[in-house]
Amino acid sequence: MALSGLDIYKLLPKTNCRECGFPTCLAFALSLAKKAVSLEKCPYVSKEAKQALDAQSQPPIRLALIGDEKNKSEIGNETVMFRHEEKFHHPAALGFIIEDSLLDTEIKERLLKIGKLHFERVGQHLKTDLIAIKQTKDTQRFIDVVTLISGLTSVGIVLMSQDTKALAGALKILAGKRPLVYAANSQTIADLSALAKENASPLAIKAESWDTLPELTKKANELGVLDLVIDVDTKNQQAKVIAEMTQLRRLALKKANRAVGYPLMCVMDKLASQAEVIRAGDYIAKYAGIILLNTFEEWAVLALLTLRQNIYTDPQKPLQIESKLYAIGNTTENSPALVTTNFSLTYYTVLGEVEASKVPTYILSVNTEGMSVLTAWAAEKFTPEKIAESLKKSGVEEKLKHRNLIIPGYVAVMSGDLEEKSGWKIVVGPKEAAGIPTFLKNLS
Amino acid sequence: MALELVKEKWSNAVSTLTIGAIKEEGGTRQKVVQCGGEESLPFLFSEGKIPHRPVIAMEILDTPPDDWPLTLTSALGSAIKNPVEWAIKCEKEFKADLLCLRLAGAHPDAQNKPVDHLVKVVIDVLKVTTIPLILVGCGEDKRDNEVLPRCSQAAKGEKILIGEVVQDNYKTLTASVLADGHSIIAQSPIDINIAKQLNILITDMSLPHERIAINPTVGALGYGLEYAYSIMERARLAALSGDKMLAMPFICFVGYEAWRAKEAKALVSEFPSWGAELDRGVTWEALTATAFLQSGANIMVMRHPKSAELVRNHIDELMRG
Repeated sequence: MALSGLDIYKLLPKTNCRECGFPTCLAFALSLAKKAVSLEKCPYVSKEAKQALDAQSQPPIRLALIGDEKNKSEIGNETVMFRHEEKFHHPAALGFIIEDSLLDTEIKERLLKIGKLHFERVGQHLKTDLIAIKQTKDTQRFIDVVTLISGLTSVGIVLMSQDTKALAGALKILAGKRPLVYAANSQTIADLSALAKENASPLAIKAESWDTLPELTKKANELGVLDLVIDVDTKNQQAKVIAEMTQLRRLALKKANRAVGYPLMCVMDKLASQAEVIRAGDYIAKYAGIILLNTFEEWAVLALLTLRQNIYTDPQKPLQIESKLYAIGNTTENSPALVTTNFSLTYYTVLGEVEASKVPTYILSVNTEGMSVLTAWAAEKFTPEKIAESLKKSGVEEKLKHRNLIIPGYVAVMSGDLEEKSGWKIVVGPKEAAGIPTFLKNLS
Repeated sequence: MALELVKEKWSNAVSTLTIGAIKEEGGTRQKVVQCGGEESLPFLFSEGKIPHRPVIAMEILDTPPDDWPLTLTSALGSAIKNPVEWAIKCEKEFKADLLCLRLAGAHPDAQNKPVDHLVKVVIDVLKVTTIPLILVGCGEDKRDNEVLPRCSQAAKGEKILIGEVVQDNYKTLTASVLADGHSIIAQSPIDINIAKQLNILITDMSLPHERIAINPTVGALGYGLEYAYSIMERARLAALSGDKMLAMPFICFVGYEAWRAKEAKALVSEFPSWGAELDRGVTWEALTATAFLQSGANIMVMRHPKSAELVRNHIDELMRG
């Protein structure tokens, strides 16, 4: 639970010495509560106060790091139950389970296919994060497969094994790559904690029951492992899994329960791939930090990465692009020009259709502060004045011989006003971006 | 140390909407559908009653769709040429909880079909089916005001759910719905304040709040899904905390949105890296629905029988508690 300004004030010297730069200790305390200033500014702070405030500055859900510097996945450090309250910070890491029972050639093929699973959407690069290697055979086979895979991919690794020797061998191969060790239960907590500590690796905790979970995380902490991930049993009924993840997040955020203040992970049970995608969808929405999948079909991964992108978008900051003139294809002085907003989703949807039309076209993106066409129009961010001004600034007038501007069909009503303000002839385009290819082809 | 659960306590429940009427109630349905009524956030059974499962309405059009991809139309077969056959197929073969008939052919820019014809489609669909009906107009206010009141009258006694009304066009249809004993869909543009305002306006005309469903205007996966997702979460939190004017069940037009998405429609030849188009389209619709189930959806209007089946199975699993 966060300390209030008054709580912090009680811990300060209350001398109003002003050496921190604030007029009073209270003013300093209020600023500390907002995390706008650091406690170091107070030269007279007591040890007790420092401890209390240090604890407060720790995130309620600890950040976990998997992989080396270049390919790291960061999960956890979440602060809210609902994305509208602030935002969800660290997108769930998605990974694929590869069993060591597969032939080496199958493993290579699979890695090749997984390596191709990345997509461009709305100006963002979407990709998966982890490969989980699961032991089903003997110690040596597991180590061999880890060696094989670590030579072929640089993404973060999850080691799924209960075999201490196999894990020790694998960790040696993966030195410096911080693989996630999966997973310690009450029998293996001491051994696996020792391994994780020695190799500076994060450790997953798989508690047999709700009651033993805090004991296990505390034990791991005592043994020097602070970077933990809590495994949630997805073999339970789906509503139970969701309730459990909701409880763990609430306990961490609302009760500041440090024993469960770690990111959560879901290892998918083997299902038909569509059913697996749908269940994993629940986990993306409801607080999973890691999801390990069996399916690696392109459509499945595209859909899940897109859902993750949606859920983890900052609700206060819609994705925007730079507002300027974009030349699509080999434009000439006779190419058509159309105008839209700088909301990424709008722009990229329009862009996709313009590209599909194969008609070289100029797109003028007006700064609507990331609002879509209708929203921006209603909020007076997409007005004849604004569009006229953007036209001037964009330099489009030097690039084109004609003065015809295509506007979105939804704002047809501004045509007259815009003609007057800009001096351009206004052509009303289609309402939906999907109509653009036909529209552009019919122009020429 | 055992973990002590943090349970939310809520002071209000979502209102319960009943669609359809059996013979004894003046209709001709074999069963009615009830939705809403929950006292907790989605699927958190230990925090309040969740008396009714989310339901799936399968969408049919009065006129054959001309912009649906082949992956969708081929799953429906030749039935899409005839709303009556299509309706029967949805009930018998696809096991829909309800039907959602969209009068797309009423639009002045489409076929601008005569009112009498559209009324007959509604009557015919009711005649051949036994599950409850949702009826939506073409979305053009003037035309809907001409068509929907007549359909409402023709379906009197059947307790259909009919829409949609918006903030500046709600009076005509609300009056009809009130007179004919139906319920109404109140559409707001991803805006919690407008949603609430519209519900106040409708209830001011003395339509009880149990006869309203909120359409928060969802976006498809990848196309603004997160906006409606958060509006629904905010509205539901407000509803459970006591705001009766936001406590109506949500209806989400998932199929309409999902099948407009490029990722659902594009051919594998255009985007080979996106994978097989049938699985992709079906998954796009089903995963869109999944996300909205988690933000509180009560009625999902869907198009593809396979996506509907996947989502139905998922609801079964979720409702096992």
